[in-house]
Amino acid sequence: MPLLKSNTSADSPTTATFRLKGGLFPLTLLEISRFDAVDFEQQLRDKAAAAPGFFKQTPVVLSFDDFAGEVDTLALADILTICHSQGLLPVALRSGVESLEQQAKALSLAIMPASRVKPAPDLQIEQQTEPSEQTESSASAANQSKTEPTEPCQLELSPTDHVEINHSPSKIITTPIRSGQQVYAPGGDLIIMAAVSAGAEVLADGNIHVYGALRGRALAGVKGDSSARIFCQSLEAELVSIAGTFKVDEDLRKEHWKMPVQVGLDEQTLSITPLV
Amino acid sequence: MAKIIVVTSGKGGVGKTTTSAAISSGIAMRGHKTAVIDFDIGLRNLDIIMNCERRVVYDFVNVINGEANLRQALIKDKRAENLYILPASQTRDKDALSVEGVERVLKELADDGFEYIICDSPAGIEHGAFMAMYFADMAIVVANPEVSSVRDSDRILGILQSKSRRAEQGERVEECLLLTRYNPERVEKGEMLGVKDVEEILATKLLGVIPESETVLKASNQGIPVIHDKESPAGQAYSDAVARILGEEVEHRFMSVEQKGLFQRLFRRSA
Ligand SMILES: Nc1ncnc2c1ncn2[C@@H]1O[C@H](COP(=O)(O)OP(=O)(O)OP(=O)(O)O)[C@@H](O)[C@H]1O
Ligand SMILES: [Mg+2]
Repeated sequence: MPLLKSNTSADSPTTATFRLKGGLFPLTLLEISRFDAVDFEQQLRDKAAAAPGFFKQTPVVLSFDDFAGEVDTLALADILTICHSQGLLPVALRSGVESLEQQAKALSLAIMPASRVKPAPDLQIEQQTEPSEQTESSASAANQSKTEPTEPCQLELSPTDHVEINHSPSKIITTPIRSGQQVYAPGGDLIIMAAVSAGAEVLADGNIHVYGALRGRALAGVKGDSSARIFCQSLEAELVSIAGTFKVDEDLRKEHWKMPVQVGLDEQTLSITPLV
Repeated sequence: MAKIIVVTSGKGGVGKTTTSAAISSGIAMRGHKTAVIDFDIGLRNLDIIMNCERRVVYDFVNVINGEANLRQALIKDKRAENLYILPASQTRDKDALSVEGVERVLKELADDGFEYIICDSPAGIEHGAFMAMYFADMAIVVANPEVSSVRDSDRILGILQSKSRRAEQGERVEECLLLTRYNPERVEKGEMLGVKDVEEILATKLLGVIPESETVLKASNQGIPVIHDKESPAGQAYSDAVARILGEEVEHRFMSVEQKGLFQRLFRRSA
C-alpha cells in the first residue's frame, strides 16, 4: 500500500534528515469551465457555506479541460486569490496549455499531465470532444474515465465516444482494512470481504464493494468515473466519495446509517439508497 | 520450533508488561521452557514487575552488540521453574535494536530449546514496537475498553499484518485480542465499551477479558506477576488466557456484573 511502505531503516543507524515515501492522496479537481471573477467567487462562497468542513485549506488541482473560451487570456493569479479567500488551496495545475503552465511555474504550482491521452508533440490538444452538457463548474465530475496517458492503445478498443473503462481485474481483499491503512484498486473495482475500520481509506478507479461495515473513508471513481458506486453492508463511514463528490459522516448519519446501502452519483449529488 | 508471541497495543499503559509477565509465567508454570524479552529499551520495567531488577548485569542490547552472551544476560525467574527474563537496557535508546541482532537472539533462544518467546513491546508504532512484532508468529493485542485504545489496536493489527516478516512472506500472524482493565459495572453504565462492541470493531479472536483489579497493582509493587495470585479474578483470567494459548477451550468469564457478583458471594462465603 502506498502509505505503508515498509521501512527498512531498521538496520541503518542513519543521520538522514528526511526520507522519501510513496504516498497516494486523493485530490479534488476544481474544473473551471468559465471564468468570471464575481460569479466564481460567489459560487465558491455558496459551496463553502454548504460544506464548511471541506473548505479548510483544502488542496485542489485546477483543471481547465472543459474550459469554454480563451484559456490563454486567463490570469491564474486572480483565480488563486479567490480560491485562497474561500479556503481552497490550489496545489497544481492540469491543463496542457503552455501559457497557463508558464503562469503556474511563476506561482509555484505543480504541473500535472493533462487528462486526455497525451497528444503527439505536433498535435494540438483536443478540446470538447465529449457531449457538451459537461460544462458545469463543479468539482471533477466531468472527466469520465479518460484513458491514462500510459496506455494509449486502449483507445483503439473503443470506437464509441465514451472512452471505455480500463478492464483491469478487480482487487479482492479478504482481511479487514485497519486504521491507518490505505488500499487502492487502480483501473478497476475494489472488493473487500471484511470491514473497513475508522481511520482506513479505500480507493478505486471503479466501484467499491464492502462485505462488512464501512467505517472509514471510501472513494470510488477516483479518476473521475461518475458512474462508479460504493456498496456496503453497513454504512458507518467517515466519508464516501464518487468521482470527487463526497459526503462526510455528519451528513451520512442523517439517513440509512448502519444500513446496507449503495452510493451513486445522481446528476451532481450523491444518492444513498438502501440495498434490499 | 519456538513460538514467538508479541504483546503489543499501540497505546501506552494499557497492560502490556503486566500481561507479558503473567502470560510468560503462566506458560512456564505449565512446563514449557519460556523466555520473556523486554523490548522497551530505555524504560525497562518488566524486570521490576518480575522482581529481578537487582539481578540485571547484562541486557538485551549487550547481547545484540556482542558485549555479553545470551547465557550471561538471561535471568532465571525465582518463581517459575522454566522461565527466563531478558531485560532491556536502561541506558540505550530503541535504535540500538537491529533486525539482524534481534533475529540472532531469537534464533539462539530457539536453538537453546525455548518453546515460547514472549516479546513485551513498548507503546507506540515506532522502531521499538516494530522490532518487537517483526518476527512474531502470534500477537496478543492488549486493549482497554475505550475508543482510543481500540483504535490504536486496530492500527497495530494493520501494521502487524502488513509489515511483519510473516506478512512480507505472504503469511498471516496469528492475532488475538486481550481486553484488560475491564469493569463490567462501568460497561453497564455506558462509561466503557463492552466486550461485544470491541469484538465487533476489531473483528478478531478474543483471547480473554482481564477484569480491572486492585490485585494487579499490588502484585506489581511486590514484584509477583498477578497470575501467581490464584484468588484474584485478574490472576484467574490470565490463567484462562494461558490455557487458551496452549490450545484448550475455556469459557470466558469476568465479563458481566452478575458473574462478578456470584464470584464475590462465593468468595465471601468461603473466606
Ligand atoms: N487488570 C488490571 N487492573 C488494574 N490495573 C491494571 C490492570 N492491568 C494493568 N494495570 C495497571 O496499569 C498500569 C500500566 O500497566 P503496564 O505497565 O502493564 O502497561 P504497559 O502497556 O506495559 O505500559 P507501557 O505502554 O508504558 O509499557 C500499571 O499501573 C498496572 O498496574
Ligand atoms: Mg510496558
